[in-house]
Amino acid sequence: MQLSYYPGCTLKTNAKNFEKSALAVLKHLGVSVDELADWYCCGVCFSQTQDNLMQQIAPVRTLVKAKESGNQQLLALCAMCYNTLKRSIEFIKDDAEKLQTIHQFMDLETTQFYGNEVDVVDILTLIKQIGLEKLKKSIVKTEFGLKIASYYGCMLLRPKELAIDSADDPVIMEEILASAGCENVYFPFRTECCGSYQIVNEPDIVKDRAKKIVGSAIKNGADLMVMLCPLCYFNLDEVQKDIQKEDKSFQTIPVLYITQVLALLMGLKPDIHDFSLHSIDPRPVLKMKGLL
Amino acid sequence: MTKNKKISSHRISSEDFDQLKDISGVNVYACYQCGNCSSACPAVEFMDIPPHQVIRMVQLGFIDELVKSETPWICAACITCTVKCPRGVDIARVMEGLRQLVLRSDFEHGNLCEIDEKLRKKLPQIALIANFRKTIL
Repeated sequence: MQLSYYPGCTLKTNAKNFEKSALAVLKHLGVSVDELADWYCCGVCFSQTQDNLMQQIAPVRTLVKAKESGNQQLLALCAMCYNTLKRSIEFIKDDAEKLQTIHQFMDLETTQFYGNEVDVVDILTLIKQIGLEKLKKSIVKTEFGLKIASYYGCMLLRPKELAIDSADDPVIMEEILASAGCENVYFPFRTECCGSYQIVNEPDIVKDRAKKIVGSAIKNGADLMVMLCPLCYFNLDEVQKDIQKEDKSFQTIPVLYITQVLALLMGLKPDIHDFSLHSIDPRPVLKMKGLL
Repeated sequence: MTKNKKISSHRISSEDFDQLKDISGVNVYACYQCGNCSSACPAVEFMDIPPHQVIRMVQLGFIDELVKSETPWICAACITCTVKCPRGVDIARVMEGLRQLVLRSDFEHGNLCEIDEKLRKKLPQIALIANFRKTIL
């Protein structure tokens, strides 16, 4: 299986541990990904305006590069990138007028893009495509009793048109983790918004959200939380320290990318994890469970 | 909380209803005020006008009041309201439309200098870019 890969900005900086672990897991599963030779910021938040095509140019330019790469599938690891690229395709495909306007604004791109040539895929769907049986066979560490709370956030589930699973009751992360031998913890806040970019101007909203989401995961007995979005990750990992400063009774829980857990279970080198990037150190829990 | 005080009613008038419709492309008249959006919204407690009331006010043409409200700036575009709406009203798009009405009248809601320096150094790029996309035109 060969596919193109779009990292996006944050996977090269704050979320290096996500990129490294995800690519290592895929390599271990026999999938090779080619990073696009040239890519641009996707714009992070999909513009929901009907009348402003300028905001679609950034994702479309990346999609043109993906088409030029020759691979039909484009892997977007970051949930925000996945959402923006996918919604951009939905917005412009089969609309000749919009496509023509967008092409008029792109000087460097000579390849014509129609919207249906590139299929944006997230890593969970990709792992299911590869096969849960294959995943099961690749796991070397068993009998460790790790209880994991999977947090989906918004961007992989909403709007419904691009949801990777049920928008109300998704199970794809739990299915993957169960195949890898983990015990799943279901908690009510797993599909709720973490406050997203409000961390910049209204951090109190994010603190409120993080307190509820993390608190609910802990109450349901989770050892750690896993997710796929670098913004959710920041809001739920970094903000826990701030909450604890204000509320001494607040318990913390380590937050990891799901691919870090899979990499550990596959016995891949721990140095790909960059544990120094975590605000809540996951190493004590991982050592206690025999994963490190 | 940054109050949007500089905006005055003569800059954005209720004639902007048509513009809001053009920007969002949403038929707000489909809403029958069940309140599902407001009950599902994870940030409703921080808003001054809950989402279902925003839609009602758009139906009635109270655009002046809405562009002065904090609600569109509290909304983080998580799309929960849209998914929960039994009438297919894309509430998240209406919120974007309201933000755009303010931003397109030469007005920026965000202020880079107001971001806490310690926080700014730690923030991932996606947080900053997403914020700029929603608060600066």
